[in-house]
Amino acid sequence: MLALGQDEIAKYPFLADAGQYLKDKGFTLEQFGVDPDLKELILKAYERIQVAADGKIYKSDLIDNQVSKEAALPREVFSFLLAIVLLKLSGMHTLIKRFSLAEARRAEKYLEKDLANISDESKNQLAVRVIDDLFSVKVEKQDDYFTIPVSDYLKHSINFHEREWKLINRHVENGNVLLSPHETVRLIRKELGTYINSKIVNAKTPTMIPGFEDSVNKLVLLSKKFKTFTVTTGEYPPCVKHALEILEKGENLPHSGRFMLATFLLSKGQTVQQIAPLFKNAPDYNARVTLYQLNHLAGTSGSGTQYSCPSCEKLKTQSLCFATSECNNIINPLQFGKKKQ
Amino acid sequence: MNENNLKFLEESFKKYYFEHSELILVPERSSEREFGFQKFNSGMTRHISIKDDKELHLLCMQNTPSDVYCSNAYYTFPNLPMNEKDWKEADLIFDIDAKDLNLSCRENHTISICNDCNEISKNHVKCLKCNSIKLEKKSLPCKNCINSSKIEVTKLSEILINDFKINKENIHVYFSGNEGFHVYVYNSQFQQIGSRERSDLVDYIMFNGAIPETFGMKKFKPNRSSFPDFGKSGWQERFSKQIFGSKSKRSKIISELLANGYSSFQKTLDDLSNSIGVKIDPNVTMDIHRIFRMPGSINSKSGLTKIFCKDLSKFDPYNDASYIADDSVEVIANCPMEFKLKNKKFGPYTNEKITIPRFAAVYMICKKLATLA
Ligand code: SF4
Ligand SMILES: [Zn+2]
Ligand SMILES: [Zn+2]
Repeated sequence: MLALGQDEIAKYPFLADAGQYLKDKGFTLEQFGVDPDLKELILKAYERIQVAADGKIYKSDLIDNQVSKEAALPREVFSFLLAIVLLKLSGMHTLIKRFSLAEARRAEKYLEKDLANISDESKNQLAVRVIDDLFSVKVEKQDDYFTIPVSDYLKHSINFHEREWKLINRHVENGNVLLSPHETVRLIRKELGTYINSKIVNAKTPTMIPGFEDSVNKLVLLSKKFKTFTVTTGEYPPCVKHALEILEKGENLPHSGRFMLATFLLSKGQTVQQIAPLFKNAPDYNARVTLYQLNHLAGTSGSGTQYSCPSCEKLKTQSLCFATSECNNIINPLQFGKKKQ
Repeated sequence: MNENNLKFLEESFKKYYFEHSELILVPERSSEREFGFQKFNSGMTRHISIKDDKELHLLCMQNTPSDVYCSNAYYTFPNLPMNEKDWKEADLIFDIDAKDLNLSCRENHTISICNDCNEISKNHVKCLKCNSIKLEKKSLPCKNCINSSKIEVTKLSEILINDFKINKENIHVYFSGNEGFHVYVYNSQFQQIGSRERSDLVDYIMFNGAIPETFGMKKFKPNRSSFPDFGKSGWQERFSKQIFGSKSKRSKIISELLANGYSSFQKTLDDLSNSIGVKIDPNVTMDIHRIFRMPGSINSKSGLTKIFCKDLSKFDPYNDASYIADDSVEVIANCPMEFKLKNKKFGPYTNEKITIPRFAAVYMICKKLATLA
């Protein structure tokens, strides 16, 4: 892991080892629930989530890219760590997603500033290393630009659908793409959000801590506002419906979700031509690639192997399962509705 | 194709595989690749793993395949079914085919064979004899086809070397055995990218999807200073060469471009795709699970060998890729076009019985333009 300075932890709190950080500072989570001075930080954490839920970026106490006062740094980091604890305790996935996204945007701003910082070499080195360590993008400075190997660039740029991100619209030289600090950071925006999200999802959920209940309950209420997904009876299992809804909304369905959806529908006898339009709304839609991938899954592209729909167990590990009682302990979504109650 | 002709081809191919084993070598890291082959008049056998040249020769001798294939991908378990193979990486591959180049010469040497009555004609819509629309196009590529394909290969290599900094030694060019070339790129930074990434790489090489802003034209308040200039790299340089021609004309042409406006500029860019974009088959490059014709194997569409081109400019497929024996055979040929093989001219023939060397007979039978007498 990177060695982080005081400012860095405040700017990129998700890089810190949360438990270790608390220990180093001589605190336990329980103290925050009882100590009146510390309890205030739980409210700050709640605020931080609320701001994110509203789609805004949390304004930190950092002034001019520097920790303003001695007290500000721990507050910054604590509010982030406590926010994660609250989110875990509430178990609200929609909030975790929104929070990760907003935190990613916040970090993005700092990364960009650090990258562009020519007066402080160490700042810009750190930003370069964050990008390399976390997203395996090898960034190198070249005059006012940053160079990134074309292959690294492509792995990220294909997630954008704006034409300006196509390689043909980039300055390519010596096997590298040349980007401004802003573009460099923009390139990894999605992955930054995913990274923060997975860090939160993978964090252990503590048992309820006295003094945290109120804020947790408020979070549960808050998340109701964003619940758009309701399960109704129908021919498709919840996981498939959920995937269809995401696509309908034009949101990004992860590769594993697309795989599940496509293999499910193919097994149900739908053709590649029927399925392909479903992906039209996806932010990274590309007709040529979609057809290729579907044909590959359907086994019509030469390999002859038709891929089968993953098991419920597998889908659970990929966070794609949204089981209801109707699923009735089936082991594969294809059995949905077939098993006798 | 009737039994006799198949037998004849099989026997001719077998002889080739027996006598030219020095040409049929497994690629590097052979045990990580998937192999496959096809026999005359039967389906594809895939998911085979082959560890060395000896095993490959044995396969060719035992099965007398019409075609032999090998993956550009590397797998942990190449012989397992596709979803269990565990894909690791894949060499970059490009397919350049004369039939995709919109060449005007094509109609002079492309004919249609009716699948229902075997009538041969130059009408590509329907059979003039029986009205069937089940036509199969056959072409005997001419010198222009080959030279035009070579130009595309050269354009491609230039981009690979200049823009992507790929080592010249890692670019291998093969004659496809029929109407074009296959370009392989080994050990590049692109080994591990997937098909979506490869698809965008293809668009770069083909000059697809360029927007006016990239080449200096803005929608609002466009200015002269942002247009490409000479002495730059990549497409900026190639754009300058193509659009301005020379430094002295640059200023005048920029004025014209500005006067014509934004959408006209977009049109200019779209047209550039046809002129300076490299004409590769996008589906081949983005396919990371495909098996490709093996270098050194015979292409059953022509009887010619897919072979490494040491010196592309001097390469002549009709001399350098024909390895079939030259004993005399009798065939009935119905080949309305003239062609040249191993420095000998053949054709045109109209349903006539002729005695010709085996290599010419194999070529015409593969093209369905002759049958054994
Ligand atoms: S239990 Fe199976 S069918 Fe039901 S939602 Fe989960 S994955 Fe889908
Ligand atoms: Zn006919
Ligand atoms: Zn021609």
